[in-house]
Amino acid sequence: MTRKPRERKKIRILVAKPGLDGHDRGVLVLARAFRDAGMEVIYSGLLPTPEQVARMAVDEDVDVVALSLLNGAHMTAFPRVKKLLEKTGGGEILVVGGGIIPEDDKPKLLKLGITGLYGPGTSLEEIIAHVKDRVRKERWKER
Amino acid sequence: MLRGDGGEAYWKRKVGKVIAKRKAAGPLYDEKAVRDVRQGVKQWERVLEAWSKGKAERKVFQTASAIPLKPLYTPADVKDLDYSETGFPGVYPYLRGVYPDMYRGRPWTMRMFSGFGTPEDTNRRLKLLLQRGETGLSIAFDMPTLYGYDCDHPKAHGEVGRCGVNVSSLKDMEAIFDGVPLDEVSTSMTINAPAAILTCMYAAVGKKSGVPPAKLRGTVQADMLKEYIAQKEWVYPPEAHLRIMRDLMVFCTKEMPLWNYISISGYHIREAGSSAIQELAFTLADGFGYVELGKEAGLKVDEFAPRLSFFFNSTMDFFEEIAKFRAARRIWATVLREKYGAKDPRSLLMRFHTQTSGASLTWQQPLNNIVRTTIEALAGVLGGTQSLHTNSFDEAWALPTEKAVEVALRTQQIIAEETGVSSVVDPLGGSYYVEWLTEQMEEEAYKYFDRIESAGGILKAITSGYLQREIAENSYRLSKRGEAGEDSVVGVNKYSVEEEEKPIETLKIDFKAQRRQIQRLKQVKKSRDSAKVRAALDKIARAYESERENSIYPMLEAVAAYGTLGEIIEVGRSAFGEWKEPILL
Repeated sequence: MTRKPRERKKIRILVAKPGLDGHDRGVLVLARAFRDAGMEVIYSGLLPTPEQVARMAVDEDVDVVALSLLNGAHMTAFPRVKKLLEKTGGGEILVVGGGIIPEDDKPKLLKLGITGLYGPGTSLEEIIAHVKDRVRKERWKER
Repeated sequence: MLRGDGGEAYWKRKVGKVIAKRKAAGPLYDEKAVRDVRQGVKQWERVLEAWSKGKAERKVFQTASAIPLKPLYTPADVKDLDYSETGFPGVYPYLRGVYPDMYRGRPWTMRMFSGFGTPEDTNRRLKLLLQRGETGLSIAFDMPTLYGYDCDHPKAHGEVGRCGVNVSSLKDMEAIFDGVPLDEVSTSMTINAPAAILTCMYAAVGKKSGVPPAKLRGTVQADMLKEYIAQKEWVYPPEAHLRIMRDLMVFCTKEMPLWNYISISGYHIREAGSSAIQELAFTLADGFGYVELGKEAGLKVDEFAPRLSFFFNSTMDFFEEIAKFRAARRIWATVLREKYGAKDPRSLLMRFHTQTSGASLTWQQPLNNIVRTTIEALAGVLGGTQSLHTNSFDEAWALPTEKAVEVALRTQQIIAEETGVSSVVDPLGGSYYVEWLTEQMEEEAYKYFDRIESAGGILKAITSGYLQREIAENSYRLSKRGEAGEDSVVGVNKYSVEEEEKPIETLKIDFKAQRRQIQRLKQVKKSRDSAKVRAALDKIARAYESERENSIYPMLEAVAAYGTLGEIIEVGRSAFGEWKEPILL
């Protein structure tokens, strides 16, 4: 396969925990892993509101927002970030998520276009591949 | 240790001493015997080599903290052992246990952490656990409560009752403990930034049911240093929270002598991705910080140190965990006596609670988690814990169901009553490997104390992000090891199954909890005497302004008048501002 020039472009990703949740082990590992996988990583820091996360994503012009919550609030916070992105001109920005997400909640989030939804024990490789795959297909329109 | 003023010489000297001691010969083995053992080991190594010849290349063996391991430990590895420094259980330096009879007298306290939804839901769960023979209560709070927001605050939206019970005012605490005999139980509350407020609320509930504060038994976590290091549930900058902790220490020393107003916690440091060595070192360093805080408040060390207790993690590297617990006890006793001049034996003995590791639970093949929890619990018991929480197998999926909680409690009961491990005190004491590893952990911890002191003390090490970065680096190391298959996780990177896991039944929490809580809060605000609340809040504000006033007394007044958690926290927010974490990437 010949390499297309845009494949050399760097993925910009915002890693965020939109809510009252200090469990940052996962996001800090992911942020490092995304960086080592060649992405430009922006970390929201702790305790931002969904509003702040959406604003950061638009201001920083990222390709993807990766959300993580382990506090059980994903059904309100994740959709809220997604909705705010759409409202503030960031409708193109992809949203992926993870944390402690019960099976029953997954279809609702997937329907909103929030994908991944990885739980504890998922390999970093799998998460990175998912992000890369979505960005290539949906942001860079590669096949 | 707290502010990095002048302790450096002690830690440097101590590191040197520990290293030198380990190299020297001790009185237990004579030199000739050790030489013979060494000779024997050399011969045996040749046997080993011949045995292993032609077999597949061996992996590198090390503990989870990356301490390299030999295939065999012998008296030559612990030739420095001096039994006068090992000692007897219940006697300084408490290496072998804090009580003379340990579990022969009575088993550890089986304390299961619980709390979800509304106060009524939690009340039902608590009563169920009491009925099933649990001997201590433990309450988990939801995120808004932990961060000091009332249930009707915009930031609380969607989070009320999600991963613990919501408490916005005294009314909620009254509902949680309705019908629970406060003079008979001891209650542990996992609460930090608002710990003083929850202590006041517990005292108020006690008062209403006729139990005076002096008789109340229990624990609030209230360990703010580890919040900045690991769990990250803070409101104000470190100095402000320390000031309130200081007030609480002084207040409890006088008014609630049976209340453990702080539980110095390594659990979260470990869950955040630290190694066992880091958990040991950072937790004890925090402990020394609190001793210095108490002294700053004008208390004598023996007045308050007996009330300090600890909380550790127990995870999968069985022997390293046991060595960690043993080392922790000896370090605490030694430093409290040598550096802080404690004399009362109760100041020197380290009591601790243990919880099995949440991070070790896997989402895949969840029933395997019962086995993991059993092994971790056993390590806690062999390490001499005073109380134990065992996680439920479904917790990588959601909050535990009642069935799963029951299995977790039964796990402890089986260890206590069927295995015989509680018949003998410190049964692994004297194992060449365990004694060597105990000394190794101890040495590594002292080296960290020296590094922290050199970094300017705990507070500096937190505000600069040093400790947080140390943990993040270790956690990334562990993730990469898991990814590369260097650390096995059964069902995840080994023996995984292709087909989709069938979902297990999990606990559902409905959103009604939030509506009901908001409704109750409205009622409370309507029926209380607002002027009385305002006056009490103003008093707290004045206490915060003056270094010499104790803020807990006006806090009691505010709570009793149904001032809310959020209102009281807000007073501090105006006085001290909010904390912003240093950049960690």
